[in-house]
Amino acid sequence: MTPAIGLGHFLTVAAILFTLGVFGIFLNRKNVIIILMSIELILLAVNINFVAFSAHLGDLAGQVFALMILTVAAAEAAIGLAILVVFFRNRGTIAVDDINMMKG
Amino acid sequence: MTSDLTDIFALAPAYPELALVIGAVLLLMIGVFQKNNHFMTINGLAIGLMGAVLVLLLFAPSDGVLFNGGFVQDEFSRFMKVLVLIGSIGALLVSVSAAEEHALNKFEYPVLVLLATLGMMMMISANDLISLYVALELQSLSLYVVAALKRDSARATEAGLKYFVLGALSSGMLLYGASMVYGFTGQTELGAITEAIALGEPSIGLIFGLVFLLAGLAFKISAVPFHMWTPDVYEGAPTPVTAFFAAAPKVAAMALFVRLTYGTFAPISTDWQQIVIFISILSMVLAAFAAIGQNNVKRLIAYSSIGHVGFALVGLSAGSQAGVQGVAIYMAVYLAMTIGLFACILSLKSDKGYIEQISDMKGLAQSRPFIAVIIAVMMFSLIGLPPLAGFFAKWQVFLAAVEARLYWLAVIGVLASAVSAFYYLRIVRTMYFDEPENNFAAAPMELTVVMGLAGLFVITYVFTFGGPIARMAEIAAASLH
Repeated sequence: MTPAIGLGHFLTVAAILFTLGVFGIFLNRKNVIIILMSIELILLAVNINFVAFSAHLGDLAGQVFALMILTVAAAEAAIGLAILVVFFRNRGTIAVDDINMMKG
Repeated sequence: MTSDLTDIFALAPAYPELALVIGAVLLLMIGVFQKNNHFMTINGLAIGLMGAVLVLLLFAPSDGVLFNGGFVQDEFSRFMKVLVLIGSIGALLVSVSAAEEHALNKFEYPVLVLLATLGMMMMISANDLISLYVALELQSLSLYVVAALKRDSARATEAGLKYFVLGALSSGMLLYGASMVYGFTGQTELGAITEAIALGEPSIGLIFGLVFLLAGLAFKISAVPFHMWTPDVYEGAPTPVTAFFAAAPKVAAMALFVRLTYGTFAPISTDWQQIVIFISILSMVLAAFAAIGQNNVKRLIAYSSIGHVGFALVGLSAGSQAGVQGVAIYMAVYLAMTIGLFACILSLKSDKGYIEQISDMKGLAQSRPFIAVIIAVMMFSLIGLPPLAGFFAKWQVFLAAVEARLYWLAVIGVLASAVSAFYYLRIVRTMYFDEPENNFAAAPMELTVVMGLAGLFVITYVFTFGGPIARMAEIAAASLH
């Protein structure tokens, strides 16, 4: 018999995804697109958390919250890509190391 | 508790937000369907709309909870909303003359400011984790676009990109915290969360959620250690946009911070107080030392604003009603000082364009004595010298900390303001004791008015505005429990 998959398993997966997303933002030295992907990873990890808690508690508010996050994440990605496009037009690069005009 | 959405009068507490959202969409439509660019018209209409909403808030107050507990209007939210509206109106006013040079003379700019203001007002009134998140994102998404609105400037787009990435990360952390709080209390409404926490010992998961929530919000108020975006964004964004960023969003995020900690998480106040004390000390100390080496005015103001967030958090650290009153007073005074300072900076236009460096202000007292006096007054007030407004704001928060027996926190705060005097006074020295290098054009009328009003507020605070603001802040703080 395999053990049943419970709340703890879902929370662990979400925590791992969240950590991967955060590290993806800070350790990534290549490309801004990867940062955008990491942000999506963070938001999806949170969604897993919400849906898992919602199912565990038998309360629908968590799933409503998850739907809200999905919607806002789409808007956020659109704005992020738009800003990235104007940045690329000005600088001709989207490498993370080249985002360095202001320091101190 | 429940509201009948078919009855328009039941929505009275949300009238200001409704007016703002309808107005913003209308102005967007006017802007889109006009053939020519009507920046001035739209900007004027946006200022008028926010002025009308301000009047509505002040003279037709209506309290209550709407939308199944998602939206609350009380004295605290009204106080903070008035501050936010004044900040946004001030930011649009000071950007009128400078808009063309900063490539902001597009009708989208006032519309985005309106939408961001709407997000801030909903943030202040948020009474549910879901509405809190949606309001926060409405504000943040508008601000990301505003930061990068000067789209042929490499610096502005870089500022927008940095703001976006770190802002999205902070939203993610806030959401992770929200999911933990939801999971361990089973509630999303803030009042219900308070009740659920008060029932038993707080679980480790709840504390975990609280930490993530506060980390996400610390990003938005730019408190150390989550401040790294602030100097870059303030420097890179066009100066009128920086004026907007430094004033209203700070007030709104601080209001949300106070409502969550002092209001919602009141049953576990010892847990969040440690966090708030920690970030407060770090903000005050780091800002005081990091600002010393800055030569760019906007960068210096960025570090100064980080420090002032630290001072305001001293009041919250006390966890008392007097402390929250202190935070409210501090934000009011900070707002006036910031808008006044940016009005001064935006009226300094030499032959080479708008100033960016502190050295550009050399000998300002000889060519533009009025502007120099106002800047000097703002600097003395930012240091916290009596009898200016900044002193009484600091006095209130430090007093609350002492009453809560946080003596060493108050001592560190006083020492940090003494260190910060060094870089504020450097600007005064540059203006008064160096030989002039630049010729400045006369300040436009609306900037002179804003400067005059801010200067009047700061100088006569103790006789005129101080009493009423302290009373309103007291009522506001009392309404949170």
